[in-house]
Amino acid sequence: MIKVIDPGFYTSIQDKGRFGFQNYGVPVSGSMDDNSAEIANKILGNLTSEALLELTMTGCCLKFEKNAIIALTGSDMNAKLNGFSIEMYNKIDVEEGDVLSFGRLEYGFRTYIAFQGGIKSEKVMKSRCMYKGITECFKIQKNDKIVLNNSIKKSRSINQEKTQKLILSDNIECYKGPEFHKLNKKNKENLLKKQFSISNNHNRMGYILNEKIQNNIKPIITSHVIPGTVQLTPGGKIIILMRDCQTTGGYPRILQLTNNAINILSQKMTNSEIKFNIKQIS
Amino acid sequence: MNRYNLKYFQYNNNSLLISWPERIDQDINNDVNEFKIRLETGFKYLLEVRSSYCSLLLIFNKRIDNINRLIEKLKNLYLSRKSHSKYDRILWNIPVCYENKFALDIDIISKQNKISKENIIIMHSKVIYSVYLIGFLPGFMYLGGLDDALHIPRKKEPRLRVPKGSVAIGGEQTGIYPQQSPGGWNILGNTPINLFDKSKDVPCFAKPGDRVKFFQVSEDEYKLIEKEVELDLYELNKEVLND
Repeated sequence: MIKVIDPGFYTSIQDKGRFGFQNYGVPVSGSMDDNSAEIANKILGNLTSEALLELTMTGCCLKFEKNAIIALTGSDMNAKLNGFSIEMYNKIDVEEGDVLSFGRLEYGFRTYIAFQGGIKSEKVMKSRCMYKGITECFKIQKNDKIVLNNSIKKSRSINQEKTQKLILSDNIECYKGPEFHKLNKKNKENLLKKQFSISNNHNRMGYILNEKIQNNIKPIITSHVIPGTVQLTPGGKIIILMRDCQTTGGYPRILQLTNNAINILSQKMTNSEIKFNIKQIS
Repeated sequence: MNRYNLKYFQYNNNSLLISWPERIDQDINNDVNEFKIRLETGFKYLLEVRSSYCSLLLIFNKRIDNINRLIEKLKNLYLSRKSHSKYDRILWNIPVCYENKFALDIDIISKQNKISKENIIIMHSKVIYSVYLIGFLPGFMYLGGLDDALHIPRKKEPRLRVPKGSVAIGGEQTGIYPQQSPGGWNILGNTPINLFDKSKDVPCFAKPGDRVKFFQVSEDEYKLIEKEVELDLYELNKEVLND
């Protein structure tokens, strides 16, 4: 068992997502950067579907009341075990009584802590992803106890450099959205040539950008959206929907991010710059 | 039988959007849900079909390798219908208390639309509504078929806390808030029943394509049903429609 001394800014339990309930209005959820989350589990030899912790912008402080094996991936927040720096993208043995804490955010925005065996928490609609109104709590609180599954599996190591490069990229690859063709030529050009930056309005539901483009498209009749859908509001605001997004929306859907682009974006923070790059669906 | 000109659009690696002519229309939505049911009875690699007013989103459990072949298959399936395929629609009868305690905006609706409160209740509870879509919040049904006289724009400033169970009108639609949430619709009553039960495999009793009708209950009846719901004794009244 692990005791939460300090939950940090926004720490939640996530897995691959809550699938099959979107027809009832339930968001998919899941790790924002599912590539980093997957690697963390793989380092430990876990199934990639095991639940882990997602830290946002600031670290947390955890006290281990039992031995455990953990792995950290994603954003670098200067992780420390009992005050000594520890390496990311590595298997780390933690002993009873050890304290895991974090320091300054170096790069990226979200860190994943995977535990060998995975987190054993409340499962609602086949998933452990925390979400308001679905799970008891939507984020980790002070003094929470985190319980792990018991299991021993063979592990393998992963190349770190590649992942770091991915986190630092500003290239947001996307496909044309269903209403892209309705944009006039000038607006299309602006969308694809301009450098955009992330406003301070960003969370697990969506990222709103600072820069606007003109909107010549009328609202649509409420239709489907999925994580990565880029919406254009009547005022020209660009909203990129993320993993906790609603299942439907009425704004034109101008672009659709690739899954990798959602991962890259979830490692960005306020004022980070991005560029949209259209690719053909292959 | 109507056959519509459908548009097929690849949404990402593993999903495809099918669009009907873009309007809120009972016949179109029926056709959408009929096609959905046919797809759900067996289409290879299909993980999930989501329906909306005039579109379906198909999510596959693997990457779409040949989009043209997939579209061809879907087109054939759509056109292969021999006759108007009938399916059972369920009509759910939902109790609503329209008394002032719950009807937070009934005075506004009455004043703005120049209808007495009594008539608002009669008009709201006599119609059979279509469940066009479940979205916005887990379990929030967008119901179509509201009497024109009750159409009222959303509030300029949304309420921060709309109580759970609130029955409300937004534009030309009516709906029920399944949980407390912010919201801009005008509230005219409240239902004691649960719209969303996360402990169930199928968390909502209704599905898109079903029908809903409201019936008026007094505050005392409301309290009784509320208690019955709490004790899991309340059985929602339903009818099977064959149309």
